[in-house]
Amino acid sequence: MSDPARPAPSARRLVYLLGNPNAGKTTLFNGLAGTRARTGNYPGVTVERRAAAWRAGTHDVELVDLPGTYSLSASSPEERIAAQAVLRGDAGAVVVVLDATSLQRGLYLALQLRDSGLPLVVALNMMDEARAAGLRIDAERLALALDADVVPIVAARGEGVDALTRAVAARLDRAADAGPADAGRAADATRAHPVTLDPATEADVAALAEVAAHAFGPETPADRARAWALVALLADAQDEDDALPPSLRVAAQARRRAAAEAGRDLDLAIVGARYAAVDRLAAEAVQAAPPRRSRTDRIDAVLVHPVLGLLVFAAVMYVVFEALFRGSEPTVALIEDAIGAAQGLVTGALPAGPLRDLLTEGVLAGVGNVVVFVPQIGLLFFLIALLEDSGYLARVAFVIDRVMGVVGLHGKTFVPLLSGFACAVPAVMATRTIASRRDRLVTMLALPLMSCSARLPIYVLVIATVFAGEPPIAGVVSVGAAVLFAMYVLSVVATLGVAAVLRRTVLRGPRPTLVLELPPYRLPLLGNLLRATFSRVREFLVEAGTVILALTIVLWAVLSFPRSDAVEARREADRAAASASLEGEARETRLAEIDDAAAAAQLEHSAAGSLGKLVEPAIAPLGMDWRVGIGVIGSFAAREVFVSTLGVVFGIGASADEESRSLRERLREARRSDGSPLFTPLSGVALMIFFVLACQCMSTIAVVRRESGSWRWPLFMLAYMSALAYVVTLAVYQLGSALGWGVT
Amino acid sequence: MTQARAIPLNALPLGLPARVRSLACDRAVRRRLLELGLLPGTQVEVVRRAPLGDPLELRLRGYRLSLRAGEASAIEVDPEGAPSDPRADDASAREKA
Repeated sequence: MSDPARPAPSARRLVYLLGNPNAGKTTLFNGLAGTRARTGNYPGVTVERRAAAWRAGTHDVELVDLPGTYSLSASSPEERIAAQAVLRGDAGAVVVVLDATSLQRGLYLALQLRDSGLPLVVALNMMDEARAAGLRIDAERLALALDADVVPIVAARGEGVDALTRAVAARLDRAADAGPADAGRAADATRAHPVTLDPATEADVAALAEVAAHAFGPETPADRARAWALVALLADAQDEDDALPPSLRVAAQARRRAAAEAGRDLDLAIVGARYAAVDRLAAEAVQAAPPRRSRTDRIDAVLVHPVLGLLVFAAVMYVVFEALFRGSEPTVALIEDAIGAAQGLVTGALPAGPLRDLLTEGVLAGVGNVVVFVPQIGLLFFLIALLEDSGYLARVAFVIDRVMGVVGLHGKTFVPLLSGFACAVPAVMATRTIASRRDRLVTMLALPLMSCSARLPIYVLVIATVFAGEPPIAGVVSVGAAVLFAMYVLSVVATLGVAAVLRRTVLRGPRPTLVLELPPYRLPLLGNLLRATFSRVREFLVEAGTVILALTIVLWAVLSFPRSDAVEARREADRAAASASLEGEARETRLAEIDDAAAAAQLEHSAAGSLGKLVEPAIAPLGMDWRVGIGVIGSFAAREVFVSTLGVVFGIGASADEESRSLRERLREARRSDGSPLFTPLSGVALMIFFVLACQCMSTIAVVRRESGSWRWPLFMLAYMSALAYVVTLAVYQLGSALGWGVT
Repeated sequence: MTQARAIPLNALPLGLPARVRSLACDRAVRRRLLELGLLPGTQVEVVRRAPLGDPLELRLRGYRLSLRAGEASAIEVDPEGAPSDPRADDASAREKA
């Protein structure tokens, strides 16, 4: 089969896989060519593009898995991509995957493909379920009506896949014989079950087909021009951004206006005529058994039960949350150890100097900053794939939609927002399950306000520093715990508030709706889950990972250069003196102190130190000084780095963590230039509020850039979060100071 | 006769089959529902409400579709006789609960 001397890609025939969501299209794709799949994205939108080299008979094929769609129209990015791909007319064959258990909705798509004059092959999937439900489907009648081979398959078990491959090969043979000009077939007059429009609508379509033929060039087949005319007529103002040629769009708008004035319902005329043909065909080709209670009905009786359903929901979401929050911990620790070991190796192998520091603090730290996300991303996407493929993810949206509706979101935004408590990076990637681009952006831009696990070390350090001696509230609740809880409440309020504001301003649009198919419960295939997981992880590493690595190196440079020779010279001198005068443990302690003091001095001398001093007038009203400013700059790598950066600034070294007693001591002793303490309950709370609201995370920025497709949205996010953090922190600190709250 | 009996879809008792008479939602939602096969004349049934009361789960053309009550209230249906057979006991039990 596999010929090592593969012809150039241009010699390959293009075969598209198309079908309704949940029809088993991806399972079929994986079964045909999954091991050779390449994933990428369609330009401008984050819709995944999967393609693979495949062989059908004697043909070398490029098999493209198009996004799931209910129709060839322009109302969502997925549909636009599907319509544009198949109507471009370069397909050697189009395989449409139909779910035999809900055939009518699939036939609606299949009839559109037939009427577009495409070389069609029908894969009638889920035949086992259809048989079990007592459905009898006459494949020959379907074949006749759709003018296509109809191959019954069970994609999940690989049944019928060979027959399908033969049918595609035969279609490609025929297309080759017929010549490239018309890869299609008989004229529509002879078609069984034609879609018959009323005369007025027919006149609209015919006129627009001429416009389309003109716009797409004279070689456009009549069928395809007509298909474009129908897409244009069903489009509306918000979705015609780029799918249609301007002349066709303008002409369609005029036709729609005229129809509306004449009181004609174009949408119903077109869709109704198609469904009339679907109904006639289904009546002829499908024999349904009397309805009975299906497995899905029995499962749903529990999973969306008014009481049990909520318990199941809470339990499932708890598992997802725990998996993200804690499940990845051992692997993360392993990665951190490995990076630490690699840094140790480099340190041992190279002489001290900028090159060694670049490799350890820049490159290796950057690789660590990237790889450390892999366990969380892998786990989250495995769980999401599991929920999605089993059918429960749609029920998650169904159960929680009412709550999300209060702030102008819908149920599909819940899982990404919840994931934001663990980490915004996988959470932003998880917004891909949200269909509408506008809702996706709102969710993506608001969820970095959710208090992620990287903020926790900052809360712990600050609370331990400023609230250590406070007596418990009412003798039971420690002040620290109450403050910590308040930070989480603030993060949720801020997230939902910002989402509601964005929906009414920057991303204003039609009220979000939840028109959502609740698919039958099905047993997920492990292969599909693993493929989905690996493909997400790989995308993250390649596209967001490179940006994170580059930013880590830049940040290292800012925190390291310029270096002060005077500081270095004093360190050498001090070390020499200590080595001469001290012995044993005392000498080691003294040497470490000298190194830590030198590191603090070098940091003060670096660009970050200068920047900290430069911005001190701006951050002093927030209760911060230049040293905290350096920590804020350092925390851009990842928020928890704030702690170790403060460790360096305050001269106890980068190994300090949030439990470090000496760091707390140093922070408590720290004074401002006027002699007042730097860390008071008020300035501590202000600092925590700043970290709840500020976008101190370059990885989030990198991943939002990747998922939104441009730098525009991550920069907007950085701007609004920084402004929000500044204003709120300023208000809290100034108000608190004026009222004398927690100033000592 | 059926003229008088048309009710909004969100007021349709659970498990009672009905036929769609008209859809008066926003154009984008309406077009989507039409393309999903919810047209005038289509048989539809409200299987259940979500645990928090909204949205609704509909059954039509052999599959299940979730729709918020707000949108469902813009869809007029004509109820058709007695509750459909197999889910009837479920539905009435849930209504009592």
